[in-house]
Amino acid sequence: MASDPYITQFVRVVHDQVQNNDRIIFEKQSVPLDTFLTDWYTQLGSNYPKFFKMDRQSKLGFLATEILLDQRQLAGEYSSESVGIILSNAQASLDTDQRYFESAKTFPSPGLFVYTLPNIVAGEISIRHKIKGETAFFVSASFDAEWMASYVSLVMTNPTTQACIAGWVDIKDQQADVLLYLTEKKKEKGSLVHNSAILDQLYKKELWKS
Amino acid sequence: MEELIAKLKLQIIEALNLKHLKPEDIVDDQPLFVDGLGLDSIDALELIVLLQQHYNIKIAKPEEGSKIFSSVRSIATYIQAHQNN
Repeated sequence: MASDPYITQFVRVVHDQVQNNDRIIFEKQSVPLDTFLTDWYTQLGSNYPKFFKMDRQSKLGFLATEILLDQRQLAGEYSSESVGIILSNAQASLDTDQRYFESAKTFPSPGLFVYTLPNIVAGEISIRHKIKGETAFFVSASFDAEWMASYVSLVMTNPTTQACIAGWVDIKDQQADVLLYLTEKKKEKGSLVHNSAILDQLYKKELWKS
Repeated sequence: MEELIAKLKLQIIEALNLKHLKPEDIVDDQPLFVDGLGLDSIDALELIVLLQQHYNIKIAKPEEGSKIFSSVRSIATYIQAHQNN
């Protein structure tokens, strides 16, 4: 049986705070989610105009992935087909569904409509980072560390898959809730073992990478 | 015409979420699609909605779309020609 893969980076976003491994890297208290996301993007200094067209869930996934891969050139290390994306959340695309529903009362927005699917965030990440590996999006009532560890580890048993961007990207009541991590077969300095206990602790912010 | 073009630029930036641009970044005769501003097919749909929402104009012949939406000036020209019809 193959050994557990490793978590080599993670990003946790709760409400108005962004944590990358053991560091708080961005904080903006008491601002609307749109402002939070735009200010975070501005701080990153990324030049990706399509960001402004994305819905909030895609912006969240995009920004978290920018942090996740900041120090890495995955495209140089792995082939496009060997990197997967496995995401999950509770609200599916409800945040955008509601906004589209409101726009449909007058003039339905095509630009909003294209984001009324939860897996679009995975597509935006794939386009940005040229990822063509196995991709899936699941909806569950709450973050399920056991299921996530089990499924992602299963994906990582595929001989083709060398790395996977995985985790939880959710928006509820205008609040962000993200745990995104990079899992790899090879161990990096400071890596954590990819299992349900570790994921549960990362989600609950009980464990910082040492 | 110049006033309409200035107003259109603001409306396009708002409707198409081109928040990285200022009105002066959009040249009046600059192509909007592909090589110019790089708009895509979803943006074209948003432009159709914009004309309907703000100017009560429906594109009668879809095949004319590429000509109408070739630049901000061409959109303004179309609006002026059709607004009071």
